[in-house]
Amino acid sequence: MSVIEISGLHKAFGSLEVLRGIDLTVERGDVVCIIGPSGSGKSTLLRCVNLLEQPDSGKVVVDGTELTDPDVDIDKARRRLGMVFQSFNLFNHLTVLDNLTIAQRKVLGRSRDEAERIAKQNLEKVGLAGRERSMPSQLSGGQQQRAAIARALSMDPQVMLFDEPTSALDPELVGDVLGVMRALADEGMTMLVVTHEMQFAREVADTVLFMDGGVVVEQGPPAQVIGAPTQERTRTFLARVLNPTGDNP
Amino acid sequence: MALTRRQRRTAVRGTQYGVLVAAVLVLVFAANWGDIQRGFFDLNAAKQLFPDVLTIALVNTVKYTVLGFVFGLLLGLVLALMRLSSVPPYRWLATVYIEFFRGVPALLVFLAFGFGVPIAFHVRFTTLSTVVAALGLVGAAYMAETIRAGIQAVPKGQLEAARSLGMSQFRAMVSIVIPQAFRIVLPPLTNELILLAKDSSLVYLLGLTGSEYELTKYGRDAMNTVQSMTPLVAAGLCYLIITIPLSYLSRYLERRTSGESKRGLEVLS
Repeated sequence: MSVIEISGLHKAFGSLEVLRGIDLTVERGDVVCIIGPSGSGKSTLLRCVNLLEQPDSGKVVVDGTELTDPDVDIDKARRRLGMVFQSFNLFNHLTVLDNLTIAQRKVLGRSRDEAERIAKQNLEKVGLAGRERSMPSQLSGGQQQRAAIARALSMDPQVMLFDEPTSALDPELVGDVLGVMRALADEGMTMLVVTHEMQFAREVADTVLFMDGGVVVEQGPPAQVIGAPTQERTRTFLARVLNPTGDNP
Repeated sequence: MALTRRQRRTAVRGTQYGVLVAAVLVLVFAANWGDIQRGFFDLNAAKQLFPDVLTIALVNTVKYTVLGFVFGLLLGLVLALMRLSSVPPYRWLATVYIEFFRGVPALLVFLAFGFGVPIAFHVRFTTLSTVVAALGLVGAAYMAETIRAGIQAVPKGQLEAARSLGMSQFRAMVSIVIPQAFRIVLPPLTNELILLAKDSSLVYLLGLTGSEYELTKYGRDAMNTVQSMTPLVAAGLCYLIITIPLSYLSRYLERRTSGESKRGLEVLS
């Protein structure tokens, strides 16, 4: 059964059409990576999935609930979707532990004890056991991003959305975050990932989507889209990303 | 006349200090120290001021200021949220309020609450409620703009993260955005508290009973009794007891806030 069904999605910022008719289906347990040049609309697409951006037209259905229906309780629907941002967005005034428990308690109504137990499990899972009392600013970028993943996981989401989760990280910290995401994929989490990490997409994704100019240019298994792209635009993009200096390999 | 750089520097320095020393000497010899002491620092008069200047006047000033500040802060927060509202009439109302109370003298507001409103509605306010209302209404206008700026200074990603976790707009504001906004605006709010402490003196114009005297009214009355300006000096010193620590606190908070992004947040955690 499909967890996410997107059809005919359009979104414009003023006169700039960012999404021009997107259709996308994500099956339970699938990892879908969205790649493409900047400005191609891939982050906007991801943000439309949990309605951080309101689409102009089209449908977003998550787990049988149409989020684009104005009569749907969006706060309730968003609980099924964990979101990880490029800039981490940990709550700066709260400790790591409180970052992980506040929404569990205020949104899901869990007791403090239960919320802290779940938070600690998830911190352990992302390799941050023992950092409960730290403030976000005391953590490295990679640690902050892993804490942000643990925060989203603590809400028991059906789907995890990743918006360029490693783009703001120092190169040597990228591996830790990708490692956590890979482990999550291995556990069977449904994931929608906007990324520039081709290696990750190749190895972890079930489906790769190449977007350009607000449309899906090509989609399929990574071996096909990254390994043997059929579209000229995909080939040009991959050549630039995989071989930025333009040298012959 | 050719001077070396070192000679010129010495000459300039020497002239500057020379002028200063001359001015001080003129003051010391020309001033009538006896009169100055009797007029401003009369110890006998000062003794008569205690303990009332502290137990009544200073305490009342602090009480009026703190209560006015708390009322103003709450009203200011409401006005700030109205200014940011998506409903236009709320924005208009808040703007009109803020422009009005920032634009008229605080004295006018005190007179309105002390005399105007009681005449119009045939009611009587206690001194405390008058001063708290007047100080709060004026302070709220300034604090609303400060708080609004603070809310807007919280990165947008904080609200998005909160909403993506399923928090309602209201819950996200209360739990995530407003606490961070207040940390940002703590230094300017401390300055506002200093201004209110001084403006609380305007209550002097209303008829006060002895137990309601604050520093300015107390100093003014005592000045008549002891025939010396000493009580006003004492009142002034009492204001400084309130305002100087606050201004250092404000500077400390400012340093902490600006260093926070680099150093980490251990201080308030």
